[in-house]
Amino acid sequence: MAMVQPRSTRYRVLASHLGMLAFIAIILFPLLMVISISFRSGNFASGSLLPENPSLEHWYLALGIPYTGEDGVTTQPPFPVLLWLWNSIKVAVISSILILALSTTSAYAFARMRFAGKGTMLKSMLIFQMFPPVLSLVALYALFDQIGNHVSWLGLNTHGAVIVASLGGMALHIWTIKGYFDSIDRSLEEAAIVDGATTWQAFRYILLPLSVPILVVVFILAFIMTIMEYPMASVLLVDTDKLTLAVGAQQYLYEQNYLWGDFAAAAVLSGLPITLVFLYCQKWIVGGLTAGGVKG
Amino acid sequence: MFRVFLKWSALAAIVAASLYLILALYVQREFVFAMLFLVLTASAVAVFASKRLYAHRYIFPAIAGMGLFVIFPLMYTVGIGFTNYSASNLLSFERVQDNLLSRTYRSEAVRYNFSAYQTDQGYVLYLEGRHQALATPPIDLAGGETRAPVFPVEQEPAGEPLAIRDIIQIRDQLSALTLVTDDNRELSQASLRSFAAIHPQFTLHENGTLTDNQSGEIYFPNHEQGFYISGDGEKLAPGWTVNIGWDNYLKVVTDPSIRGPFIQIFIWTLLFALSTVIFTLALGLVLANLLQWDQIRGKGFYRTMLILPYAVPAFISILVFKGLFNQNFGEINLVLENLFGIRPDWFSDPALARTMILIVNTWLGYPYMMLLCMGLLQSIPRDLYEASAMDGAGPVSNLFNITLPLMIKPLMPLLIASFAFNFNNFVLIALLTGGAPDIIGASTPAGTTDLLVSYTYRIAFQDSGQNFGLAAAIATVIFLVVGALSLINLKLSKVKV
Repeated sequence: MAMVQPRSTRYRVLASHLGMLAFIAIILFPLLMVISISFRSGNFASGSLLPENPSLEHWYLALGIPYTGEDGVTTQPPFPVLLWLWNSIKVAVISSILILALSTTSAYAFARMRFAGKGTMLKSMLIFQMFPPVLSLVALYALFDQIGNHVSWLGLNTHGAVIVASLGGMALHIWTIKGYFDSIDRSLEEAAIVDGATTWQAFRYILLPLSVPILVVVFILAFIMTIMEYPMASVLLVDTDKLTLAVGAQQYLYEQNYLWGDFAAAAVLSGLPITLVFLYCQKWIVGGLTAGGVKG
Repeated sequence: MFRVFLKWSALAAIVAASLYLILALYVQREFVFAMLFLVLTASAVAVFASKRLYAHRYIFPAIAGMGLFVIFPLMYTVGIGFTNYSASNLLSFERVQDNLLSRTYRSEAVRYNFSAYQTDQGYVLYLEGRHQALATPPIDLAGGETRAPVFPVEQEPAGEPLAIRDIIQIRDQLSALTLVTDDNRELSQASLRSFAAIHPQFTLHENGTLTDNQSGEIYFPNHEQGFYISGDGEKLAPGWTVNIGWDNYLKVVTDPSIRGPFIQIFIWTLLFALSTVIFTLALGLVLANLLQWDQIRGKGFYRTMLILPYAVPAFISILVFKGLFNQNFGEINLVLENLFGIRPDWFSDPALARTMILIVNTWLGYPYMMLLCMGLLQSIPRDLYEASAMDGAGPVSNLFNITLPLMIKPLMPLLIASFAFNFNNFVLIALLTGGAPDIIGASTPAGTTDLLVSYTYRIAFQDSGQNFGLAAAIATVIFLVVGALSLINLKLSKVKV
């Protein structure tokens, strides 16, 4: 508490509250609007924020259930949203597990071992992490085309390709985990090695159990990043039933086939779980994001 | 002992599998990819066989993954930038030659009218030409036979020929059928009633030229342009990929229909990235300051509400904005019309489209800046503010005289990273406007709201042009910009390893 308080403070506090509330109202407008639209009937309906006669039509369709309106016309679900969500989750879980496993082991080596080229590798990882994969999509496409000729489950239009391609983004996670390992005293492991444990055992039975919090954070970060990944999936995946949510969702808003209401329900349905996970884990995620980028 | 055995057999299995892949790629003349996997496999064997490289075993999978999916594509892209790789020059020279040599045409001179007879063993075809009549043994068309001999015969087979509608029923099988005469000429179906002799379209000569057997035209292989070209300049499609040096870069500099849009897009990209950083930072800093103020209550509530835009997946919120800004049914235009009676054309007017993009991106990006600022504000000693309060300074002069000068140094690397991220903010453009409205007079797909990345993506993957070479050349320019930014960043943030 500051010792000196100007007299105008009370008004300023009030003004700040009002300002922030107004700002939040503007910020939340799009989100509330989408929730409201998902309950309106039809795809072109307008109205107030609270729908006058709410309809669950879009929610039925989003959940994959054909909807029969009051006029007796049955509408089929336009897109397999739940399948897309499932594809996204499948791809994200598998690649997060792979990313976690591989980046933990390499972070261990970077944090605890001495070897040739360590500094160079760490620095170049920081540099290469800034190159967006969008720019090398032509090359990635050609790469998976080639691999797919011989290993079919890694070719174009497979989830295998998307999962494997996401391994390119590991640098950030290696840095995050390495930073955490650096903050753990290494004397415990050294004691274990003196007692005859191998390096692998010291890592597996001493360091890993101590690092569970950061592993959870990295898993969630990797999960969210893969679920939101758009450019690579948009080029690698073709068939409608193979798409991930990030690629499929835009199909609702094509000029020729504008399904605004259906999109709203699908967006709320699929966006809500991800948003809640993010909000729940925000403290750790923010720490990881800001630390990974700058700190050594 | 058993584990050692297991380790070596697993290694052997992986090596065998990758050697197979390498060999297969080599046979297909995909030398770059064969080399890539050879290097990967060799380094894997070295790392896992040698005791001296024990530490590298831990990092190998991650480094290999980055090498395969980040560094290799990067170098490969730079390489493509020096070629004419595109939809019209997709294949290698050998594959183009194979493709052309396997082409055939049907002779107009040698034609046979045919009729088909159904027998117990299959269909018998009877061909009647000007000089001779031919017939096949029974062919099992339903069983997928596609090649059958024909022999000269004196008279028609017994029985009734099939009516035309029955022939239509088996037309798919008939069109796949090749008949071989006893002097090794090939015949294929030319129409519903006739078969014709097939000739190879091109003949390859010793000096590498191709002769078109149908027209007599001679085509010369041109390895500068990647096409077979005739004397009067006619090109044979498809072409093959050749190295064209700096031509793609020269095109960007000299061709007005590419240079104009390129420069326009480049300036907009810089402007977009810079204004995004400024807007998000300004908003984030003010909000962070308010949230750090002791007098404000309910910080938890404000914080959660304020970071909501960051928590919603971007691909959803961008699409939400796309719908809300829709000119005809969008809620934003409804509100604006009710309040001010205006209906801005958010998607067809360049200036408005850019404004919309900046609004949406500020919405998406300010929470990150706010979180960063909140972290950094905590490290500023409080007594500085008390001292300034004693001197009667207000919040604005505090912000500019204490907070900003103290924060700018640790913030700089993060701002550069944010600049680089927005410089390449492909998802926003791709999902919100797709680059529209288009730039008039551009020979490649280019829009007024396109960033360099989305421009590259459109050149490579949109429309029929698919000019991968040009796209890769522009991508290389972006690589240089990003590389420079990240080197500056590395220097500024003084990374210790």
